[in-house]
Amino acid sequence: MEIVLAIGIGVFAGSGVWLLLRPRTYQVIIGLSLVSYAVNLFIFSMGRLKVGAPPILPGPGVGDPATMADPTPQALVLTAIVIGFAMTALFLVLLLAARGLTGTDHVNGRED
Amino acid sequence: MSNGQLLLLALLLPFAGSALAAFLPTHARNVAAFMAGAIAVVGVILIVVMYGAAAHDQPVRLVLEWLPMLGLNVSLRLDGLSWLFALLVFGIGALVVLYARYYMSAEDPVPRFFSFLLAFMGAMLGVVLSGNLVQLVFFWELTSLFSFLLIGYWHHTAPARDGARMALTITGAGGLCLLVGVLLIGRIVGSYELDQVLEAGGLIRSSPLYVPVVVLVLLGAFTKSAQFPFHFWLPHAMAAPTPVSAYLHSATMVKAGIFLMTRLWPVLAGTDTWFYLVVPAGLITLLLGAYAAIFQQDLKGLLAYSTISHLGLITLLLGLGSPLSAVAAIFHTVNHAIFKASLFMAAGIIDHETGTRDIRRLSGLFRYMPITGTLAMVAAAAMAGTPLLNGFLSKEMFFAEAVENHTGSLLDDSLPYWATLAGIFSVTYSLRFIIGVFFGPPPTDLPRTPHEPPHWMRFPIELLVLICLLIGIVPSFTVGPLLANAARAVIGPDLPYYSLAIWHGLTWALVMSIIAMFGGVLLFLGLRSYLDSGVEGPPLVRELKGQRIFERILVVISWQMARALERAFGSRRLQPQLRIVVGVALIAAISPLWLRGMVSEGTLALTDLDPGFALLWAVGSGCAIAAAWQAKFHRFAALVLLGGAGLVSSITFAWLSAPDLALTQLLVEIVTTVLLLLGLRWLPKRIEEPYPTSPPPSVLLRRYTDLAIAIAVGVGLAVISYAVMTRPLGESVSRYFVERAYVGGGGTNVVNVILVDFRGFDTLGEVVVLCLVGLTVYALLRRFRPAPESIEAPEQQRLQDEFDEAAPDRSPGDTVADYLRIPRLVMQWLFPVIATFAVYLFMRGHDLPGGGFAAGITLSIAFIVQYMAAGTRWVEDHLRVLPLRWMGLGLLTASATGVGSWWFGYPFLTTHARYLDWPIVGKFPVASALMFDLGIFAVVVGATVLMLVALAHQSLRSTRPRRTAEGE
Repeated sequence: MEIVLAIGIGVFAGSGVWLLLRPRTYQVIIGLSLVSYAVNLFIFSMGRLKVGAPPILPGPGVGDPATMADPTPQALVLTAIVIGFAMTALFLVLLLAARGLTGTDHVNGRED
Repeated sequence: MSNGQLLLLALLLPFAGSALAAFLPTHARNVAAFMAGAIAVVGVILIVVMYGAAAHDQPVRLVLEWLPMLGLNVSLRLDGLSWLFALLVFGIGALVVLYARYYMSAEDPVPRFFSFLLAFMGAMLGVVLSGNLVQLVFFWELTSLFSFLLIGYWHHTAPARDGARMALTITGAGGLCLLVGVLLIGRIVGSYELDQVLEAGGLIRSSPLYVPVVVLVLLGAFTKSAQFPFHFWLPHAMAAPTPVSAYLHSATMVKAGIFLMTRLWPVLAGTDTWFYLVVPAGLITLLLGAYAAIFQQDLKGLLAYSTISHLGLITLLLGLGSPLSAVAAIFHTVNHAIFKASLFMAAGIIDHETGTRDIRRLSGLFRYMPITGTLAMVAAAAMAGTPLLNGFLSKEMFFAEAVENHTGSLLDDSLPYWATLAGIFSVTYSLRFIIGVFFGPPPTDLPRTPHEPPHWMRFPIELLVLICLLIGIVPSFTVGPLLANAARAVIGPDLPYYSLAIWHGLTWALVMSIIAMFGGVLLFLGLRSYLDSGVEGPPLVRELKGQRIFERILVVISWQMARALERAFGSRRLQPQLRIVVGVALIAAISPLWLRGMVSEGTLALTDLDPGFALLWAVGSGCAIAAAWQAKFHRFAALVLLGGAGLVSSITFAWLSAPDLALTQLLVEIVTTVLLLLGLRWLPKRIEEPYPTSPPPSVLLRRYTDLAIAIAVGVGLAVISYAVMTRPLGESVSRYFVERAYVGGGGTNVVNVILVDFRGFDTLGEVVVLCLVGLTVYALLRRFRPAPESIEAPEQQRLQDEFDEAAPDRSPGDTVADYLRIPRLVMQWLFPVIATFAVYLFMRGHDLPGGGFAAGITLSIAFIVQYMAAGTRWVEDHLRVLPLRWMGLGLLTASATGVGSWWFGYPFLTTHARYLDWPIVGKFPVASALMFDLGIFAVVVGATVLMLVALAHQSLRSTRPRRTAEGE
C-alpha cells in the first residue's frame, strides 16, 4: 500500500504543480485543488498506514493507541480539508472578479 | 483597595479616559478637557496617597499573571524613583490639560487631542511603573506611537507630518534596539522582572553580553532622549501643538530615556564602557544643543535645542557613574521638567496672542503682557541657573561633579571647562529669549495685537514658577525628601552626603557659576549684532543638518534599495512568482537530502498491497494527469476529473482507517464541484490553440521547464512520503489524545474530540477563517461585473425560449419549468431527509464519524439540491436561512461555550462531559463540546450557504436590465 500511496501523492502533486504554473486562472484553481489533495494525503500518511483500525474507542474508558490509527494527523487534515474548501471558494470568486475587471482569464491580468 | 490595586487604577484611568474621549463629539472640547483634567488630578491624588508606601524599602508591587510559564506577567512596581516620575507625569499633565483647554482652537477636533494626550499619559505612566522590562518596552513603544499622533495632530500641515514621521522612525527604531537589549538582559539574568534584574548588577556587568546590552539599551535611551547624533528629531517635533511640546518634548517623554538610564543605572553604570559611551554623547549633546539654541530664530526652536542641551547634561551626569552625580541627574530632571514646561507654555502664549514665534519679529512685549513676561523671566533665569531658583541648585551639583575626579582620563579632566562653556551658552540663550521677546522697541507688523492671556491659561505657569522659587529657596523642605527617596531607589539605602543649600561657601562650582553668568552676558552682548542680522541657524554647523542626512538615508533605504531589489527579484506577473516560490520550496526540500545523503527505505513492515487499492490509484493518477492535461481547453472535463481525484482520495481515507476524513472529503467535494460549476459560466468562451502548428521555442522552453519542476516536485514528494511511511512512528501527543479522549473529553471518536475539545481553540480560529472567506466572497460578488460576452443568456436557454415563443400555447420559460419535473419533485422532498441526516451526523459526531463540519456541509448540500431542483429565483424567494445570522450566532455560540468555562474557573474552552438519559433517544452524551460543535455547525452552514447564494445569484444578473454599463 505504501508504495502505491506514495506514487499517488507524487502524481497528484506533480499534476497540481504543473497546473499551478499555467497561464489560465482556471488551470491554477484546479492545480491548487490537486496540490491540496496531495498535501492532505501526505500529512495523513505521516501517521503511517493502518487498515481497519479507525481512531474510535471501542467503548468508555482509556484508549490504547497501539490498536488504532494515529488521530492527530487526521484531525489536522480534517481542518485542512475545510480550509482548502474555503480557499478554493475564495480563489474562484477572485478569479471571477478578476475576469470581470480585466476582461481576461490570464493570471497576469492581461494577455501576453 | 490595596496600594497595588490603586496603582493599577492609576495606570488604567488615562487609557479609559482616552477611549471615552475618542467617542466624544468633535466640538465637545470642554467635556474632553474636564475629563482629562479630572483624570490627571485623580492620578496626582492617587500617587500622593501612595507616597508613604513608595518611600519604604520595599516598593509597592502588583503582579497579575498572564503567561507565567514564559515569565511574562503584568507587573507594576512603585518605588521612590517611579513615584517622582509618576508625579511629574500626572502633575504636569494636569497643568498641560488646563493650558491646552485655552490653547486649542475651537476649530480643531479637540476631543481627539485629549484622547491622544490621555493615552500618552497612560503609556508614559506604564513606562515609569513597569515592574517588568518587556512590559516597559511595550509602553515605551506606545509613547512613541502617541507622540507620533500628537506631533501629527495638525496633519494638514507638511511640517507636522514630516516631524511626526521622523520622530516615530527614530524613536521607534531605538525602541526596537531597546527590546533586543532587554531580551539580552533577560537572557543573562533569567528573568525580566525588575526586582531580579536590579539585584543582578554584578552578573550583568561581568557577562560577555554586557557590551551589546549597554549599546542596545543606550540606543533606545539616546533616541528617546534626543542625544547626539539622534537629537535632530526633537526640533522637528515642535510642529506639535505647544501643550504637546511642553508635556512630551520637555517634561515627560524625552525623559523616558533618562528614566531608563537612571532605572538601569545600578546594573549598567560604573564601568569604562558605560563612561566612554554615555559621557561623550551627553557632553556633545550638551554643548551642541546649547550652542545651536543661541542661534535659533523660532522661540520653540530655541527651547527645543535648550531641552536637548539639558538632556545632554543629565545624560552626562548619569554617565559619570558616581552616586552623587546620579542624585544630581535626578534632581536636574525634575527641575528641568518644571522650568521648561513653564517656558514652553509661555512661548505658546506669546504665539497664541501675537500670532508669531519668530524672535526677529517679536520685541518689547513686556509692556503688553507684564505678568506673563515676569513669569517667563523667572523661568528663564531658572534655566540659566540663577541663584534662588531651582536650576541653580542642580547646576551647582553638576559643576561640582564635573570638577570631581572620576576616571582620571583627559575627557574627565577637561570636563570643568566644557561644563563652564555650556553654562555660558545657557545664560546666553536664556538672555536672548527674554531680551529678544520682552524688551526693545514696540513690535511692528504683528499678526495680532498682543495682550495678556485668560487667567486660567496663565495659571499653570504661575504654579510652576512658584515651585521653581520654592525649590530654589527652601530646597530641603520641598524637594529634599522626594529626591532622597528617588535616589535611594537608584543608589541603595546609603546615600552619599550632599546638601541642598544655596550657599556652600566659596567652592569651584560657585566660581564656575559666576564665570558662566558673566561669560554668558558678555557673549550675548558680543553676538547681539550678529543675532539681529536675522540669519537662520548656528554658524559653523549650519550645513550639518541631521534632518538632511536622515532623509537621505531614508531615500536610499526605502526607495532606491527597494527599487533595486524589486528590479532584481520582482515581477508583476504571477507565473514567474509562482515558479520562484515552487523552486525555492523544491531547493529547500532537496538540499538536506543532498547535504546528508539520500534517504533509503525504512524498516517498518509494509501493509499488504490490495489489488483494489492499486487499481483505485491507477484511476486516481489517471484522473489527476488527465485533469492537468485538459484544464485549459476542456474545463468541464477537467472539473469532472478533479472530482474523480477527490473521490479517490476520499476512498483512500476510508480504506486507511480515517472515516471522518473520508466523510468530510466526500461532502466538501460535492460542494466544491457545485461552486466551480456555478463559476464556469463566467469564464471566457473556449479559447483556441494559439499555436496551431508548433509553439515558438521560448514557449516550448517554458513548458519543459515547468514540466521538469512539476516532475521534480512529484518525485520528491513521493520519495519523502515513502521514506516516512516505511519508518516506525515515534512517540507523539497522539497517545495522550487517545488515552484521554473518553476519560477527559467524554467521546469515543478521538478525531472529533481533538477538534472540539483538545484543540478547540484551533477549530475556533478555523471557523473564523471560514466566516471571513464567506464574507469576502459576498463582498467581492456584490460589486461583480461580468465580462460583456458572459452576460447574455446561455445558448441552451435561448433555444428553449425560442421554442416557447414559436409555439402558440407556450410562454417563455415553460420548457425550463417542465425540465426534469419528477426528479425535481423528488429532490425537493429530499430536503427534510438530508436535513435529518445532517442532524444525525451532528449528534453522533462525538462518538462516531460525523460532527459539526460534516453536518454543516451536509445541510448546505440540502440547499444546493434545492437550487438544482427549483432554480435560483425560487430558492431565493423561499430561503428562510439568513446566512449572516447563522454565522454570527455560530461564532457567538462557540465563543460563549469557551468563555463559559471561565465561569466555572477553568481555562478558555474547557469542556464538561456527562451522559444523560433522554426519553426515546436513550443514553446520549451531553458535553459542553456539543454546544461548541453546534456553533461550528452553524458557522459552516452559514458560510457555505452565503457563498452559494452569492455565486448563484449572479445568474440573475444577465436577465436583469444591464446597469453595469452605468457603473451601478
